Amino acid sequence: MAIQQLTVFVQNKKGTVVSVTNILSQNNINLRALSIAETQDFGILRLIVDNAELAESVLKENGYLIKTIDVVGVKIGDAPGKLSAALGVLDKADINVEYLYAFMARTERHAYVVLRVEDNAAAEQVLTDAGFHMITLADVCKL
Amino acid sequence: MEQQNYFQKEIETMPREEMRKLQSEKLVKQVKHVYENVPYYRDLMDKKGVSPDDIQSIDDLHKLPFLTKADLRDAYPYGLLAKPLEDCVRIQSTSGTTGRRVVAFYTQNDIDLWEDCCARAIVAVGGTKKDVCQVAYGYGLFTGGPGLNGGSHKVGCLTLPLSSGNTERQIQFMTDLQATILCCTPSYAAYIGESLKEMGYKPEDIPLKAGIFGAEPWTEEMRRGIEKTLGIKAYDIYGLTETTGPGVSFECSEQTGMHINEDHFYAEIIDPDTGEVLPEGSKGELVFTSLDKEAFPLLRYRTRDICVLSRKPCSCGRTLVKMAKPMGRTDDMLIIRGVNVFPSQIETVLLKEGYEPNYQIVVDRVKNNDTFDVNVEMPAEKFTDKVAEVMAMEKSLAGALKTMLGINPAVHLVPPKSIVRSEGKAVRVIDKRKLI
Repeated sequence: MAIQQLTVFVQNKKGTVVSVTNILSQNNINLRALSIAETQDFGILRLIVDNAELAESVLKENGYLIKTIDVVGVKIGDAPGKLSAALGVLDKADINVEYLYAFMARTERHAYVVLRVEDNAAAEQVLTDAGFHMITLADVCKL
Repeated sequence: MEQQNYFQKEIETMPREEMRKLQSEKLVKQVKHVYENVPYYRDLMDKKGVSPDDIQSIDDLHKLPFLTKADLRDAYPYGLLAKPLEDCVRIQSTSGTTGRRVVAFYTQNDIDLWEDCCARAIVAVGGTKKDVCQVAYGYGLFTGGPGLNGGSHKVGCLTLPLSSGNTERQIQFMTDLQATILCCTPSYAAYIGESLKEMGYKPEDIPLKAGIFGAEPWTEEMRRGIEKTLGIKAYDIYGLTETTGPGVSFECSEQTGMHINEDHFYAEIIDPDTGEVLPEGSKGELVFTSLDKEAFPLLRYRTRDICVLSRKPCSCGRTLVKMAKPMGRTDDMLIIRGVNVFPSQIETVLLKEGYEPNYQIVVDRVKNNDTFDVNVEMPAEKFTDKVAEVMAMEKSLAGALKTMLGINPAVHLVPPKSIVRSEGKAVRVIDKRKLI
């Protein structure tokens, strides 16, 4: 069920993100979601793309430090309180969310949330039990 | 010319020939003492085919073998000790781990002659027993605090042993007790000056008249800045733990170089490549021979400082040879916030902590204070997608470096291959401070 997230370690300076996205576009890789965490010194780019394997190999070829990890994707209604409900489920199950980011679909009235937790299976289980729909990479690519 | 005072006038103004005679007598005795008591140096002399009998005067000094930091490392801790430990009363030390740490031993006589040297420095800047001397060098293993503290006692100044740091308290004592002489690193003097200025003090309201500032490189421009802010005359002082500590040489009212206390420390300038002694006025590596220290008497110790000596007559009346401010190093040692830092120390820590030795040191001076940044390439196996973990790695590495070096760097993890390489070789040190 998990979604592969590419994690790229970059310096926090001008032009860093565009050089990454340029490489992706040159290889016809489509970005589905992007989140950036940064400090004064460095940035960590988290990317979800339609072809994680290709993206990892072309970025590596260009000297980037990359790590691919599995994250959980969940579909939630595009309405107030829906994210809270999902997070409440995880909190009740004592599952800590390291970070999350959301993206909207173009057509459906839904938002998609990417969650980084320690135990993906546990998170998927409690969310599914609570009636949430998990999304797969295939779902993401179809968006 | 203003009225000159000397702490030991006879020595400080001794005619050249008499000084050479004194130096010769001391050297002959010292070489015998070292040969008899320091097997490590005896071996070096034997290997070079020199015996104590070959040393009849200071003119024979060039025959003796050199000592380097590597010898200090090999002989650590007792290998260069020339007196039984029961005759020693103190150690002083530099920062660093075993390989780089210098531990120097002192008998009571050694302490006395060191403090005399510091007393000469204090008197040369106008110090008398009526002065209040604030010592804001660190006290402890570092030689700065203990040296100037002892010198201040010898002169009879009221000594304020503040040690370094706690600027608010420094300023309180300085103003409440009307300190007239300040001893500390030049960057700390500048910092105290800025703090006083921010508090609304004008130079004429500050009781200080003179400052003795050393243990790190500083520029003429920085001197004028400190003099202006504090309303004082600022004087340079030089020394190294291997030789004794501060007071190996000191500035007089002329402020054109530092008089070497050459009745105790004989200076030579050599070609760092060939070891050949160079004539007066040549630029080369500064070498010191301790003429009468008992416990830790280094003969021909190579300081790695690039320097020039001058015997031009000085308006202060002192005949002691003068050395210029050191103009650089023959090795890769950096002096950051008064602390000696070798890039190899950083390399050692990185390897120990599981990093590749791909790093770059960036030193700069902002508002008269040294900044010290270490950029380290992130190893692939350590990379995590969590910001907090990367920041914790930086913090832990900074802690390990602080333990090794004694000063705190700002560590920045950077992507692999992002450290600039020229001709395949990474540039290890970027020193942006403009000091000379």
